[in-house]
Amino acid sequence: MNTKNLFDKLKKSQLLLPVIAMLLVMAVNIIHDAFTGAGAFSFFTITLQNTTGNGTILYGRIIDILNRGSEAALLALGMTLVVSASAGTDISVGSVMSLCASFCCMLLAGYGVSSTNELAVPLILGVLAGMLMGCACGAFNGFLVARLNIQPMVATLILYSAARAIGLLLCNDLIVYVRNNSFGFFGSFLGPIPTPIIITAVCVALLSIILKKTALGLYIQSVGINSKASRIAGLNSKMIIHLAYIVCGLFAGIAGIVASSRITSADSNNIGLYLEMDAILAVALGGNSLGGGKFSLAGSIIGAYTIQAITTTLYALGVSTNQAPVFKAIIVIIIVAIQAPPVKAFIKKKSLSKSSKGVA
Amino acid sequence: MEDNVVLTARQISMTFPGVLALDRVDFTLRKGEIHALMGENGAGKSTLIKCLTGINDFVNGEIHVDGIEGPVHNHSTKDAQNVGISTVYQEVNLCPNLSVAENLFIGREPLTKFGTIDRKSYTAKAQKIMDDLGISVDVTKNLENYSLAIQQMVAIARAVDMDCKVLILDEPTSSLDDEEVEKLFNVMRILKNKGVGIVFVTHFLEQVYEVCDRITVLRNGCLVGEYPIVDLPRLKLVAAMMGKDFDDLKSIKSDENSKIFDELEISARGLGHSGTIKPFDLDIHKGEVIGVGGLLGSGRSEMARAIYGADKANSGTLKVKGKEVKINQPIDAMNLGMGMLPDDRKTEGIIADLSIRENIMLALQSKNGMFRLMSKSAQNELADKFIKLLSIKTPGRETLVKQLSGGNQQKVILARWLATNPDFLILDEPTRGIDIGTKTEIQKLVLQLASEGKSIMFISSEIAEMIRTCSRMIIMRDGEKVDELTGELTEERVMKSIAGGDKK
Amino acid sequence: MNIKKLNLNSHTLLLLITIVLFIILYGLGCILYSNKGFTHLQTFLNILITNAGLICITCGMTCVMLTAGIDISVGGLVAMDCMLIAVGLNKGIPAPLMVILVIVIGILFGLMQGFFVGYLNIQPFIVSMAGMFFTRGMTAVISTDQVSITEQSSPLYYAWANYKIKLPFGGYINNKGVYNAPYIRINVIIALIVLIAIFFMLRHTRFGRNLYAVGGNEQSAAMMGLNIKNVKLKAYTLSSFLCSIGGICFSLNTMSGSVQQALGLEMDAISSAVIGGTLLTGGVGNVIGSFFGVLINGTISSIVKTNGKLASSWPNILTAALLFLFIVIQSIFAAIRNKKMH
Repeated sequence: MNTKNLFDKLKKSQLLLPVIAMLLVMAVNIIHDAFTGAGAFSFFTITLQNTTGNGTILYGRIIDILNRGSEAALLALGMTLVVSASAGTDISVGSVMSLCASFCCMLLAGYGVSSTNELAVPLILGVLAGMLMGCACGAFNGFLVARLNIQPMVATLILYSAARAIGLLLCNDLIVYVRNNSFGFFGSFLGPIPTPIIITAVCVALLSIILKKTALGLYIQSVGINSKASRIAGLNSKMIIHLAYIVCGLFAGIAGIVASSRITSADSNNIGLYLEMDAILAVALGGNSLGGGKFSLAGSIIGAYTIQAITTTLYALGVSTNQAPVFKAIIVIIIVAIQAPPVKAFIKKKSLSKSSKGVA
Repeated sequence: MEDNVVLTARQISMTFPGVLALDRVDFTLRKGEIHALMGENGAGKSTLIKCLTGINDFVNGEIHVDGIEGPVHNHSTKDAQNVGISTVYQEVNLCPNLSVAENLFIGREPLTKFGTIDRKSYTAKAQKIMDDLGISVDVTKNLENYSLAIQQMVAIARAVDMDCKVLILDEPTSSLDDEEVEKLFNVMRILKNKGVGIVFVTHFLEQVYEVCDRITVLRNGCLVGEYPIVDLPRLKLVAAMMGKDFDDLKSIKSDENSKIFDELEISARGLGHSGTIKPFDLDIHKGEVIGVGGLLGSGRSEMARAIYGADKANSGTLKVKGKEVKINQPIDAMNLGMGMLPDDRKTEGIIADLSIRENIMLALQSKNGMFRLMSKSAQNELADKFIKLLSIKTPGRETLVKQLSGGNQQKVILARWLATNPDFLILDEPTRGIDIGTKTEIQKLVLQLASEGKSIMFISSEIAEMIRTCSRMIIMRDGEKVDELTGELTEERVMKSIAGGDKK
Repeated sequence: MNIKKLNLNSHTLLLLITIVLFIILYGLGCILYSNKGFTHLQTFLNILITNAGLICITCGMTCVMLTAGIDISVGGLVAMDCMLIAVGLNKGIPAPLMVILVIVIGILFGLMQGFFVGYLNIQPFIVSMAGMFFTRGMTAVISTDQVSITEQSSPLYYAWANYKIKLPFGGYINNKGVYNAPYIRINVIIALIVLIAIFFMLRHTRFGRNLYAVGGNEQSAAMMGLNIKNVKLKAYTLSSFLCSIGGICFSLNTMSGSVQQALGLEMDAISSAVIGGTLLTGGVGNVIGSFFGVLINGTISSIVKTNGKLASSWPNILTAALLFLFIVIQSIFAAIRNKKMH
């Protein structure tokens, strides 16, 4: 009885989809590991390893997924808010990541310097500037969407194609290397734990607290569901949509800094490439409607890590980095197709006729 | 089928989940007549039209169309067009980015022998069609270059050219100015002479008497009657539409008619919003329930919206508690102690996918500001308090508001505003589409709030209910405040005022 | 002549702005770099040769955008086509067969996307995003190497690619005293045929007008009896079909296949269409505008390349700036029209 209730609850829950996807990925790993003789549960094994550079660190596939999935998870946070409030996606986040990374590295190295061991400005200044650049990009997108009523995808198309190029320009067309341990910290380890995991955890915690302690979450959902009614009830719909984009830009900035810190350089052409797709996919996989309205942050986060788990698993199965998108594409289509209204109606009709047959 | 009759509908019934929207309604349309279909909100006009045009699937009854054997049952607008029934709505269903000629012929363009569209031939045809209707347009120009009135006439021309015998015009004049209306009437008369039967739905009484030959009145899903225009003067029409039937509510108003209000709550001078409501003066006192009467589209909602800032007023001044104020958007009005329950519950009232608790707390929260989120226990307490106070029927406060019945949804929105403890509350059609028990409850609540010293603006289509609750009434007609009734309010007085004087 | 007779509405105005902008940009190039041969006709023809593929793709994109949709899979599809052709030719498959195969694959791929958009009612962006992932991934599945097409792999294809169609005018004598006749290549001819065909299709066939109707007001179009789902299905199929032809043009120009090929091409196509006056909200636009959009993009790249000192990111930034300008102008026009209606 009790388990049935729990099952019913889960069946209705938004989290059903991402949880199932995650379980499937784990199952594939277990089977694969068992057959290759690596031990059925090697997927879950976490060990401490000594390395020369970083001292004792945590090691294991789960740690790797959490670490590598940080950027996508950060972007998914902002994307969730944007999708909820404006019923559209911000496709510029990957590009903005790259711009913020370039801006940060350019400040840290000094303009025109391609490689440095010394920081030109204090680290904190560079990092803050990177984050601020993210906010500025978000504000620009938000202005177009909320104030000029331009479709979100169209509005963010501008920065999608420009931000990466502006970043490259800031770096004087070079890949800027900041070979300084203090900058490399964001992409390496804090004690035994990879720093990106900690940064993501802090961001998730902060955003959750903000959503818990302020009415922002309620406002965003309310505007996303019915902006007219929200206005009558006293909400400033435009301001709230604008804010969602700024927050999204901020997270893109943070993700950009993490990504460039991993490689201690600003590789404009590759940082955040296709990551906007992962972020959008994470939101959809998290059971959030891309049509706006109610959102679940937890769903998006699980979604982001699920995508990373899929990628990591594909690599483990011997699929190359470049081939992995084929499987991603199939997964995207399956997810959106089962959520499409005509398909839903079809399934409902099928199950109805089945149950009525059962009664008769 | 009787001679001259193009369409008959017999004993049409139609149900929506839990509601009988049409109850055995008859309707007859003759060749070459303009037939007005009248009734207040929820009377069943649009439901009947949708049954005729195949959008709604009626459960009972028969429709016959001249020249077609046996009963007709349309399942789509295309079916309806095939039997010769076409509809033109207030919102024009055409493509603004195509030329007038293309809009007339899209999907059925004549083709040349190479299979390409024969632009020359249909442009000429289109020009002739428009000329015949006495409308001077350049058919090669895009539709968006023309006014709404012309666009509507293009829609009519398209319908007529597709051999329609029955033309349904659903509130076509709502956004037209006088001159444009005259043009439209001209077209209607031309078609009438050609033998097309026209069903004209409108809420402008003047227009009915200007062009129509016959009137069918509906009320609460039932047929009230069919009358030749001469047999139904204005006052009788209003009476037929509003109904004389005093529902079995006992009088709930205490004898406070003589009560004197002296403290001004709201004072508007020349307030207006161009295009929707002409400048008006209005005083509302503390503790007063003021009724706003008038037919749908008369400006009664628009007056409220201009005060509340839902449509920012662009003329005149507004004083609240004696102080001149500037209201740019609803939150400004809320901070001055106002609240508004809008008439369209679905699009402006409920936030469908949120829970009852969230819907109730929303207005209070936005008044408090984003950073002062109510504690979970305070939210629950608030929701529970109002669920109990207004006896909202629900499994619990976390139920999504879209799962409630209309009446309970209305109570949730009412709760949303009561939670903000407003000094001045606008209730726009608070009792529409809800059962009689809830209606009485809401009316009682209104009186109770007034006795607590709140001012209330009560907008309703039901005169009886306003007479029971209001101490004074404002009458609106054609976007203008035309009358203010004080003292003894009777149905006859109110109706006379709403109907306005008969011309001639 | 009466100005009103010109039917100067905001759409034709946008097209006019685009054309004038192209002339100004090109004129600027001529003035700045006349010493580097910018004034020669061949510079213009080279823009056409390099962008022949983009012209075909933008024509398809314009058709999809007319229905208020979008197709971001085109870059991936071009990469897949190029790779397929390169690998196939190196395996000894005849060139005509490869061309047919690529076109068939394009049509099938388009049918899939059109089905998901039209019949399952899934957002075009999501569908074509999946399409992009799929085609990019498939490119890598076919081969992860950089595969070039040489004379050995297919003499016929090599001949097609290198065939020069000399023009009888506009030549110049270089400093060695040799007369250089200006030339175009086969892919330019293909692109121009596509351009004219689509221009004609949009103006003079029912399907073309239906694309406009669906984008103008989908609900109205349905009420007027158009089969929306079918129109969308055909639009996406057409886009992928033209994209495959564009892929062949592209391949004839680059003569190679690689995973990194045609990165960001979808955005070039979209921005060309938007700069050419096509509304992303659907219903307005034509391929002549899109053609000039491509030319503007090409001219910007050409100027930056001729300069030689400007950073390689300038074309992207300038295009984005133009995109911004045009989107804002469009939204202002839309706002004015809304105001006029009320």
